[in-house]
Amino acid sequence: MTSTVPRVTPAEPGRVKTHGPGRVQPAGRNPLSTRLHRSPRLRLLGLLALPLTWLVGVYIFSLVMLLITAFWRTDPFTSKVIPGFTFDNFVRLVENPAYLSTSLRTLSIALLVTLLSVMFSIPLGIFMAKVASPWLRAFLAVAITLPLWAGYLVKILAMRITFTENGFFNSALEPLGLSGPGFSYTTVVLTLTYLWFPYMALPVYTAVRQIPANLFDASADLGARSWTTIRTVVVPLLKPAVIAGSIFTFSLSLGDYLAAKFVGGSTQMIGSVIASNINLNPPIAAAFSVVPIVFVLVYLFAVRKTGALERM
Amino acid sequence: MLRLTRGAKIGLGAIVAVVLVFMYIPLSLVVLNSFNVARIATWPVTDFSLNWWVVAFTSEPIRAALLNSIVVGLGATAMALVLGTLTAFALQRYSFFGKQTVNLLVVLPIALPGIVTGVALSNTYNNLLEPIGIQIGYFGMIVAHATFCMVMVFNNVLARLRRMSPNLQEASMDLGAGLWQTFRIITFPQFRTAFVAGGLLAFALSFDEVVVTIFTAPPGVDTLPLWIMNQMARPNEASVVNVVATVIILASFIPVYVSQRLSRAEEED
Repeated sequence: MTSTVPRVTPAEPGRVKTHGPGRVQPAGRNPLSTRLHRSPRLRLLGLLALPLTWLVGVYIFSLVMLLITAFWRTDPFTSKVIPGFTFDNFVRLVENPAYLSTSLRTLSIALLVTLLSVMFSIPLGIFMAKVASPWLRAFLAVAITLPLWAGYLVKILAMRITFTENGFFNSALEPLGLSGPGFSYTTVVLTLTYLWFPYMALPVYTAVRQIPANLFDASADLGARSWTTIRTVVVPLLKPAVIAGSIFTFSLSLGDYLAAKFVGGSTQMIGSVIASNINLNPPIAAAFSVVPIVFVLVYLFAVRKTGALERM
Repeated sequence: MLRLTRGAKIGLGAIVAVVLVFMYIPLSLVVLNSFNVARIATWPVTDFSLNWWVVAFTSEPIRAALLNSIVVGLGATAMALVLGTLTAFALQRYSFFGKQTVNLLVVLPIALPGIVTGVALSNTYNNLLEPIGIQIGYFGMIVAHATFCMVMVFNNVLARLRRMSPNLQEASMDLGAGLWQTFRIITFPQFRTAFVAGGLLAFALSFDEVVVTIFTAPPGVDTLPLWIMNQMARPNEASVVNVVATVIILASFIPVYVSQRLSRAEEED
């Protein structure tokens, strides 16, 4: 008689054999495993030892050392850095009108970029999630994601070609008797929006998709028209996604200086000042790099409670 | 279902069209100009040739820069995978004092401007390590990249771990498997796609990074973005840059395709 029961070859005496992907070891064979199993504290330590050594030992250490340099000064004649403790560099950031206006300009650029990204992401998200056919939705999802991968400098180069003196944008406006912004503050804002827009658009789109359909029904039943529903139901529910996206658009714009360098003409941002001073006057560069850190930290702490950090 | 008037739909559609035009015209201009005969980008493009493509593909500096980008990207991704996964496990499995701070610490390198990270690390490398005889050189650039790439792996793995049921692992341990064996046979296969996705994002982030690289690359070493930047700063051979940029634009289809596949695989899981 043939049996459907798989034939089991007798195992060697004293040895357990299994058919799983790996052999099960008898408990207690591995003393390290057993010890780790008994002590959650040890397991946690084992998990965190390497990452924390790295982050604190390399990254935080470097930031702190940079911060310390901000309190040093540079000898005006020899350009040598002299260790010490002075607030002069920070005083100069506020008292020097060029430095102060650079900080404020950078802040205004970062806020404008965030605002523009939100203004375009919300209609885009609503269109993709609620208007577009499944085919068009899939197409748009790819179309929005693709530039995200296309390379940071490639996009700056693309904007440079578009807005250059005899470039596409000016040629397109010429019949209307207009001319584009050239390389200026406006072009920096547009370029940074171009760079960071997908970071806002994707979370906003996901959030629109997740809104339960019956909320729209309820809103319509209560007599709200399209725009009223969007304004009073959709937009408030998008707040966490907008905050998560704004962390990117805001902080990435704040620290950028290559957009200003390549499409900004004479526009200076905080990063431009840091980059041009790092070799000549490291203390003032260090002091200046505290400015975006403070802006970003204030922002992160403000939004931490919303749980937006965990969505990043 | 959201009921929109015809006018509202048309209005939304128009905004979407504007967004797409704004996104794709500049990129198309780059592609178009890579076939431009002229030395610098022009509009309109009147004469076409493949000349700059030949120049780009036979250029030794471009090849060297690409190789550097790949080496740095792979090194940083390998480190980021280890560090990010370890941290994700610690934060998902345990409650401990300072948990929120650790979370913030992982996000910080990407939340703070690249120039701050770059300047801080270069300060450590050049002004602290070099005087005591440690030439960190090339490795320093990989370390810098791994620091900000970590968060990509961390986020992906953490999100997956949150959705995984602990039952299978407990069953595995009850059946006598050790920690490592459980991890290898039970846990890892469950978050493998998130692990791969995180690694992919980390590599892409490193491959594209330029600001931190400016300050941490050893003298004379170019990554691909550094090479592009140097060419942009001296515009006499701008058309070769358009070829490299076009190749990068074309290559961006790969991660989009892979991520679509991964998310599909995830839905089937």
